[in-house]
Amino acid sequence: MFNLHYRLERKTIGLMLAIIGVASIGGAVEIIPLFTINQTVEDAPDMRLYTPLEIAGRNIYIREGCYACHSQMIRTLRDEVERYGPYSLAVESKYDHPMLWGSKRTGPDIARMGNKYSDEWHVRHLNNPRDVVPESVMPHYSWLGRTELRYDDLGVHLAALRKVGVPYTDDMIANAKSDAYGQATPDTPFAEGVTKRYGAATNVRAFDGRPGDLTEMDALVAYLQILGKLTDAAHKHAAGG
Amino acid sequence: MVAQLTKSERQLALIILLAISLWGLAMAVAGHGDPLGVHGAIVLLAGIAGTFGVISGYYAPEPDDSRLDRYFDDPSRMGIILAMVWVVAGLFVGDWIAWQLVNPNLTFDAAWSSFGRLRPVHTSGVIFGFGGNALIATSFYVLQRTSRARLPDQLSPWFVLLGYNLFCVIAATGYLMGVTQSKEYAEPEWYADIWLTIVWVTYFIIYLRTLARRKEPHIYVSNWYYMAFILVVAMLHIVNSLAVPVSIGHAKSYSAFSGVQDAMTQWWYGHNAVAFFLTAGFLGMMYYYLPVRAGRPIFSYRMSIISFWGITFMYMWAGSHHLHYTALPHWVQTLGMTFSVMLLVPSWASAGNALLTLNGAWHKVRDDATLRFMMVAAVFYGLSTFEGSFMAIRTVNALSHYTDWTVGHVHAGALGWVAMITFGAIYASVPWLWKRERMYSGRLVEVHFWLALAGTVIYVFAMWNSGIIQGLMWRTYNESGTLAYSFVDTLVAMHPYYIARAIGGLLFLIGALVGCYNIWMTIRTADQPADQRLADRPVPALAGVSAPQPAE
Repeated sequence: MFNLHYRLERKTIGLMLAIIGVASIGGAVEIIPLFTINQTVEDAPDMRLYTPLEIAGRNIYIREGCYACHSQMIRTLRDEVERYGPYSLAVESKYDHPMLWGSKRTGPDIARMGNKYSDEWHVRHLNNPRDVVPESVMPHYSWLGRTELRYDDLGVHLAALRKVGVPYTDDMIANAKSDAYGQATPDTPFAEGVTKRYGAATNVRAFDGRPGDLTEMDALVAYLQILGKLTDAAHKHAAGG
Repeated sequence: MVAQLTKSERQLALIILLAISLWGLAMAVAGHGDPLGVHGAIVLLAGIAGTFGVISGYYAPEPDDSRLDRYFDDPSRMGIILAMVWVVAGLFVGDWIAWQLVNPNLTFDAAWSSFGRLRPVHTSGVIFGFGGNALIATSFYVLQRTSRARLPDQLSPWFVLLGYNLFCVIAATGYLMGVTQSKEYAEPEWYADIWLTIVWVTYFIIYLRTLARRKEPHIYVSNWYYMAFILVVAMLHIVNSLAVPVSIGHAKSYSAFSGVQDAMTQWWYGHNAVAFFLTAGFLGMMYYYLPVRAGRPIFSYRMSIISFWGITFMYMWAGSHHLHYTALPHWVQTLGMTFSVMLLVPSWASAGNALLTLNGAWHKVRDDATLRFMMVAAVFYGLSTFEGSFMAIRTVNALSHYTDWTVGHVHAGALGWVAMITFGAIYASVPWLWKRERMYSGRLVEVHFWLALAGTVIYVFAMWNSGIIQGLMWRTYNESGTLAYSFVDTLVAMHPYYIARAIGGLLFLIGALVGCYNIWMTIRTADQPADQRLADRPVPALAGVSAPQPAE
């Protein structure tokens, strides 16, 4: 074996090909079957898509690096299920490009935070976390409520997401901009389009408490309020269904 | 810099810089009103500045053919300086955000200064800015000496070094503007990823061309590691960064993968960025600088073969240990755990090989802080690979995951292993590169060593304590069978350890600043005698005197 190596280490291309070959095996065995074995991701017929406003909020969550301190992945451990709720299923992040499972909990897991707190609580908390949790070490995000949301290009965002496999319809893409506005502006014709396209259970509210303007605060709170709410699969799973 | 280039290389440099400027202009126009436009402007400015630099030196006399009898070290010198600039910036940001966890108000009330945006500036700054520049600089140095061949031309090494730093600048400024893919250690967006791929391919081509011209029949073990580092990082980078941009006018893209497949791909990347960027590359560094500095041959050739192929094969399976008890299928978790435990064998073979090489030179370890940096690095390498295998066991991971224990483990590796071996290699190579007798001050190397060691130990102990305490508090039940502590209770318990951690980081930063001063003063001091300079050549000019070579 060492004699073979004695010859191999004199050949640049041979050594190169050996490295590529040896290093390719592990990833191929672990990753490719995840795309082909269909039990990997559960079925969830009731799963709905993120609305354009929620996508915008998710992008703000990514932009601010929230994932560095908050996980969205409840493990199959008793204390986690009791603290955070039913453990996370693969299907729940099937439309997450990229996933935001996280790797560190400087703050708590938020996979099931949707509708746990009121919009007002979220707005206060983001404006200054220490107003509602005195011991918190989270940065404040008070400028989100003062920053207008860029939503004119959300149709292009949805179209890009369709290219990577999220089943947005032409109708959803064409109306992305008005749906984003409508979701944070109840009692307008725009709001009806949102529930028509994304389901009656969609949150349609002035998330930042001010119906007139569409801010980054609206988008982020809309996203936080949908966490864990895209499907009931995990709750049904926990109930043995 | 330009004076070293031949006429045709100067012309090619101008064409490349023109192309870079046009690329920047295109991004600035297409990305108007988007962070992409700012990056376009940065690239355009870099291209124009480079063009002016080349034009101003364009009519300087060409280098004569005697240059071919010497090694080409200018990019290595610049790489080491850039590495020191990045390490100070990266450590400063890291310590700043460590203090933010002690007092969250230590921001400028601005978006860019919050923890979430600064954290990737810290991680990329130290891993890619410091580590990457140090790897490029030392790999060029080691490749030439162990092959007894000069780099193939004068332009491509500069393209790799400066192009790589342009990537680092795009990455760091992007994070401040909130441009991120959110994939840990792979945060830069699609256009930066494409640029890095071009730079990286050029880097490997330099390797192939230099090795093709080598005068040594065997490729030295350092170069196996450097080659694995370049090749596998390219593979990981391209696959994990596959994404669809929103449009050519948007910095934002959407990953080609989602959910569980994305998680597995990301941690296949993430763990092997540790393996091939932070381990393989630096092992290549260790296999050259440690034996040369100690004046001892590598203890075992066979151990280096076993550990090299063991690391190259087994690390690629280990990424799934980042996803224990998650929605990732159980069989993948088990495979990741199994290979992580087995990885201890090649890891300890490397660490043991390094430490056994020091047999017969321990008196040098006592007296020479540069060699001691390398020795302590090998010890921390052994410790953190043991810890890594241990934490990859599923039931241990149940406690450690999501806590500061992970952060402590990473820093045992990053500060104790990566930074220590790099500082050792830098202190060894600065006098060689600038043709000096020795470092300006041996005492300051000593000061740096103890600051770095104290900082690392304080940091790691603080994070072990906070991580294990937090993990235990999360799972503690009271007598009535309910959870004993709220999340906020555990956060309050972390406070003293967060202070200790920030102090440890500060000591490490001060050490790096001492190192910068020492290197700067070394560069400013006088030359060493000419006969030693003559020795460090592809073909020794003086019979019987040759450059330091690690014997096998």
